[in-house]
Amino acid sequence: MLDDFLTRAALAGIGVAVATGPLGAFVVWRRMAYFGDATSHAAILGVALALALSLPIGLGTMFVALAMALTVSALSARGWAVDTTLGVLAHSALAFGLVAISFVPGVRADLSGLLFGDILAVSRTDLAYVWAGAAVITALLLWRWQALLTTTLSEDLAHASGLNPDRERLALTVALAITVAVALKIVGALLISAMLIIPAASARSLSRSPEVMALLAVIIGAVSVLAGLQLSLHFDTPAGPSIIAVAALIFTASVVIAPLKSR
Amino acid sequence: MTLIAAQNITVRFGSTDILSGVSLAVQPAEIVTIVGPNGSGKSTLLRAILGIQPLAAGTLNRAPNLRIGYVPQRLHIDRPIPMTARRFLSLPQRCTDAQATAVLARCGVAGVENRQLADLSGGQLQRVLLARALLNEPDILILDEPTQGLDQPGEAAFYQLIADVRRDTGAAVLLVSHDLHVVMAASDRVICLNGHICCEGTPDVVRDAPEYRALFGFGTQGALALYRHDHDHSHGPSLTHVHGPNCGHDHGHSHHTETQKEPHKHA
Repeated sequence: MLDDFLTRAALAGIGVAVATGPLGAFVVWRRMAYFGDATSHAAILGVALALALSLPIGLGTMFVALAMALTVSALSARGWAVDTTLGVLAHSALAFGLVAISFVPGVRADLSGLLFGDILAVSRTDLAYVWAGAAVITALLLWRWQALLTTTLSEDLAHASGLNPDRERLALTVALAITVAVALKIVGALLISAMLIIPAASARSLSRSPEVMALLAVIIGAVSVLAGLQLSLHFDTPAGPSIIAVAALIFTASVVIAPLKSR
Repeated sequence: MTLIAAQNITVRFGSTDILSGVSLAVQPAEIVTIVGPNGSGKSTLLRAILGIQPLAAGTLNRAPNLRIGYVPQRLHIDRPIPMTARRFLSLPQRCTDAQATAVLARCGVAGVENRQLADLSGGQLQRVLLARALLNEPDILILDEPTQGLDQPGEAAFYQLIADVRRDTGAAVLLVSHDLHVVMAASDRVICLNGHICCEGTPDVVRDAPEYRALFGFGTQGALALYRHDHDHSHGPSLTHVHGPNCGHDHGHSHHTETQKEPHKHA
């Protein structure tokens, strides 16, 4: 079954949706959209470093993404103007990554794969890697779920309940770095945060509880992957952007449907 | 057994001491109210006691396994997170539906279980916050100006509820307020704060203390107490009233009657 490249692509995409659904919900709730951008753009720099040092690419991306996520997290905790800081970091990470990668011989051809993903070329190893990452993220979020929700709602309330908001923030930061490393091959650095935000945002207007929103985000993400792959196959469009385009259409539909539903 | 004991705590923002050398202790089942003008460090003191605000100096001791029920000044509910009142009560410790129904009814917001937090009125939200704080069977309730957004009957009912909770459960209450006249009656002890502790004691003692008068003037409590003491002091009410212009409470009105009446009295 896994011999078919399209099956592998679909399974890998669904694996990414499983990871990005609940995590994306937190990104939306905590207004961390730019945070996802900065972290995923840093992944390109990670790829360049990994290639230069002959390390596994996954390791390099995860390391640099984690470093970036921790930096951003520390800066925002110190009350830096988050918007500006993240804008600067996100785009400089991308620029430096692209510059660095041009020094690595023989990668230029793969550049569009890094930026937009190469889901149709997913190998069995990639697939295992995606699902392992999705499993780790799901386990982490399930384990910390109650504490994460409390912290997201109010750090003061979390404190008074004996929780440590810093620790919960770290859990999200780590989960984000793992997601970036895992999703780079599938949707590419430019569109990882789209995969985080758009399914969760679509689920928002249809949900009355945080759990429903997280689950719906997974389903919407998975549907986008499947439909996007079909589109890509039929019209010979790039797979990653097609997936996000479908997600964006679902978002538009959700915004139109929600007021009708509550009427 | 002392529930919470703070000794000489100092909190510093940059080079400014927001609190300096504040000591206070809360015993079981007592209602302690912290009053003070805007910017006097009331909320900061609560946050320090809760462990949210780091101390620059001093020590803070809590009884072992102390269960705290905290009601913040206001909970800023962001639109993006869908959350019903019922779900909120189960954060972070899950409660049963029966517990949720009972505690919501007790707090005067029966039936809001399925409403979204963001759709509740300010008063309803404060009551849901109190309900959540009570679920934990707290040894001490810590409330930071909990009646913001309540009208006057609602405010009186809220404080009555807190007094009832203390009577029924023996929980101590530490609360911050600047609604002086309402709060004073229900408190066992009042601490008047302005960066440091100006004075403390029973409501009567604090009300008559010159330090308190200097901060709040004369118009903030019952008229009888006011006129009884008018002639004891050389400074007039309008001179000693040091509230900032955006101080939101409503004693401007009693202030008014006071200045109107005063000429009659001295005439």
